[in-house]
Amino acid sequence: MATAFQTDTTPQPPADNLPHPEAVVVRFAGDSGDGMQLTGGQFTLSTALAGNDLSTFPDFPAEIRAPQGTTFGVSAFQINFGSIDIETAGDEPDVLVAMNPAALKTNIKALRRGGLAIIDSGEFGPRNLAKAGYAVNPLETHELDDWQVMAFDISALTLEAVKPFGLGNKESLRCKNMWTLGLALWMFDRDRAPLVDWLKTKFAKNPVLADANIAALNAGHAYGETAEIGGPLKQYHVDAAEAQPGHYRTITGGESLALGLVAGAHLAGLSMFFGSYPITPASPILHHLARLKEFGVTTFQAEDEIAAICSAIGASYAGQLGVTSSSGPGIALKGEAMGLAIMTELPLVIVNSQRGGPSTGLPTKTEQSDLYQAVYGRNGDAPLVVISARSPTDSFEVAIEACRLATKFMTPVMVLTDGYIANAAEPWRVPDRADYTPFPAHFTEEPEPDGRVLPYARDPETLGRRWIRPGTPGLMHRIGGIEKAIDTGNINYEPANHQAMTDIRKAKIDGVAKFIPAQQVDVGNETGRLVVVGWGSTYGPIRKAVQRARSAGHDVAHVHIRYLWPFPANLGALLKGFDKVLVPEMNTGQLKTMLRDQFLVDARPLNKVSGQPFKIAEIEAAIAEMLK
Amino acid sequence: MNAFTPVAPATKPDDWASDQEVRWCPGCGDYAILKAVQRTMPDIGTARENTVFVSGIGCSSRFPYYMETYGFHTIHGRAPAIATGIKLANPDLDVWIVTGDGDGLSIGGNHMLHLLRRNLDVQLLLFNNEIYGLTKGQYSPTSQIGTKSPTTPFGSVDRPLSPCAFAMGAGARFVARTIDTAQKNMPEVLKRAHAHKGTSFVEIFQNCVVYNDDVFAKFTAKKAAPDNQIWVEHGKPLLFANGAKGLRLDRDHVRLSVIDIVDGDVSQVLLHDETNHLLAQLLVEMPFGEFPKALGVLYCDPAPSFEAEVHVQNERITAGRSGDLGALLSKGQGWDVKPARGPSL
Repeated sequence: MATAFQTDTTPQPPADNLPHPEAVVVRFAGDSGDGMQLTGGQFTLSTALAGNDLSTFPDFPAEIRAPQGTTFGVSAFQINFGSIDIETAGDEPDVLVAMNPAALKTNIKALRRGGLAIIDSGEFGPRNLAKAGYAVNPLETHELDDWQVMAFDISALTLEAVKPFGLGNKESLRCKNMWTLGLALWMFDRDRAPLVDWLKTKFAKNPVLADANIAALNAGHAYGETAEIGGPLKQYHVDAAEAQPGHYRTITGGESLALGLVAGAHLAGLSMFFGSYPITPASPILHHLARLKEFGVTTFQAEDEIAAICSAIGASYAGQLGVTSSSGPGIALKGEAMGLAIMTELPLVIVNSQRGGPSTGLPTKTEQSDLYQAVYGRNGDAPLVVISARSPTDSFEVAIEACRLATKFMTPVMVLTDGYIANAAEPWRVPDRADYTPFPAHFTEEPEPDGRVLPYARDPETLGRRWIRPGTPGLMHRIGGIEKAIDTGNINYEPANHQAMTDIRKAKIDGVAKFIPAQQVDVGNETGRLVVVGWGSTYGPIRKAVQRARSAGHDVAHVHIRYLWPFPANLGALLKGFDKVLVPEMNTGQLKTMLRDQFLVDARPLNKVSGQPFKIAEIEAAIAEMLK
Repeated sequence: MNAFTPVAPATKPDDWASDQEVRWCPGCGDYAILKAVQRTMPDIGTARENTVFVSGIGCSSRFPYYMETYGFHTIHGRAPAIATGIKLANPDLDVWIVTGDGDGLSIGGNHMLHLLRRNLDVQLLLFNNEIYGLTKGQYSPTSQIGTKSPTTPFGSVDRPLSPCAFAMGAGARFVARTIDTAQKNMPEVLKRAHAHKGTSFVEIFQNCVVYNDDVFAKFTAKKAAPDNQIWVEHGKPLLFANGAKGLRLDRDHVRLSVIDIVDGDVSQVLLHDETNHLLAQLLVEMPFGEFPKALGVLYCDPAPSFEAEVHVQNERITAGRSGDLGALLSKGQGWDVKPARGPSL
């Protein structure tokens, strides 16, 4: 056996691989070509099938295939799973799987001290060590003494396992990830059968590859069983988490948002038109929807971001539900067209999967720095509705809500999600259509009672204007981006009319606050010493941090804001019930500034823009600091 | 031409005029184009409510306000993109795009390219006046070299674009040219454009009386017209100057040349074949001066239109099925949590 345990005599750290087996964090890290995302995805599925709650964090480079063995080509997948409620992908891994020196180098510092590093020593030749910037092999020094290390030649073990199938060396080594997955499945006492089924389906056209991968999976599993005796490798069982009865599946934020849009269009009784241009990390939404033609979905890959939103506006004008989707840079390009949708008061859903900025920024990393852009980022007084998703599963609900508000108020609605939510997966209790009240869209097909055609006549409650589709006899009219006369929509440059129309556009969006739920306190009491306010994907770490602080006896509450514009009507009063307000954000303080502006509260920022989600501990520390 | 052409009640040109006051400069060529379009629509026969005029920004783009149809005056250069959404959402609508040389070929050049490439079934009227009118007279991408304007006080130095050559290059399947004042020919061109399924690209030479007056006079002025205009017709010899001159193919140099017609002998004169892409390119790119300006339907060779192909594919994939939302949501490997707790596959 090619096992190469550390042979030096330094005492090993205590064998506390998993001090909290009710929640375990595992990170798979390897070269972009090692299939770490696939490994992580399949491990996620097996975790879900074992009934654990879970949350994942895929973290991959912007380059598709960066040069092999380099640190910037490292792709990682982290999963936090347990028998308790899991809200984040975990602060620090308990187990790190490093498939090469670069993966070790870039990830070992994240591993909890005393945690287990499983390392493919077969990749630790001079070339790979040099590429990762190691002058000497860290497996042969004291560099890794803070952790428990299990280094063995996974490459050689894989080659041996797949030998009977006669694959070439390169193809054989591509089974390494399945070998590793097999070992991980053994470690956490998981059923291999669903994986075997999946491999058989995936390689249905090439049964030899299926068999080789299955053999690698089994070999990894068997290796665990054998190596357990005497080494740091142990088997653990993580109990199933408490969960509401129902049918479950795992879902990523991208897919959840796409399905929410489909459901939202159905509830509105409309066909959906999705105009989009590929951009990271928003593209998965387009990919998902492109396959759903039988659900009345037309997808259009436009020539650019501007054409994408304009085509969606055209479709809304023609009577469908227009949707467009992008990330920050693309949203910037769409700005003028958003103004047109605001001026012509057409329903439109705009999805912004935020990423690190400005400019191209960090395409594959997460950030929530487009809040200003969403709320304020257009010429003129151009209000629209802004709502945000807090997690992969929440994206489904938020997408439906966007469809509801867009059609009810005849307005563009921007949905803010981010790269973390888009790629992360979690278990999802599949909802029942009966759980949702339909909100059928209404088309005007008759003139006003006095016989006039008034496209800009309004519903007195919502201030939403008439939606008249071309093709409707007798209601021909013209609309456009020039200021409109208050009722007919004809061109009108009169001072009083522009004042009135600007006021109406503002009042309409402000009035949305009357049709959304009041702001609730997520954790804690309605008043107290400190409230931690968040939005978007910081939901998980903030919630956990507040729960821990409360367990430690602190008077702190968590308010999570879904409706960012307009804010819920009671939000200001609620915040004023606390002595202090802390706003953790993955930007330089955008919500903090908005809260100060809207409510004159002394909101304090906690900012992180490293492209990585907040750790619970970081927020806990800020809470402690605020309560000093 | 749209797939759905219901028998619409007969209309008169006036029925196609909206109640909005026309606000172009007195003497603007746009008036003549508006008149020609309103005169042509009754003959085309589509119902007004099924007709949509979409425009971008610029003088020409005010056009939809003056038509008693549905109209969408959008943003600069984006009319083709908006029209694409409209036509994909409702292929039964008869969609017309009105644009100009700045709107369509400068800020909106990318959308124009892709509209033509995709061959969406719309009529596109490009009013070319070789100048920016609404922003007060700056030179445009079609302005001739040396055009003096507020932004080029010493004359422009960049070479102009030929709209029809651009259209041909982008894969247009219908390319025609006419003149604002050509009240006899324009309706015929418009009817042909409408009858063509796919993007019908129509360049209209339009005189801007304020900023670029008489820029086309060399071939539009009454006296100059016969010798400097050649109206092409499919299957007919390419003759101009009242039949005194014709176009011949110079085979040795693969180019056109002008020949005099002697004793009515047109045997050397090329016959116009509107399905011949190469001939259309030669006609579009003939240098003016040495050659007359080619007008009429220069190219027409239909191909499947984008929205039709999209819908054909949709129907093929769905085979008339409408999706089961519940099944979609629970797709993939899942598990059930029983009320008693604990997962089971």
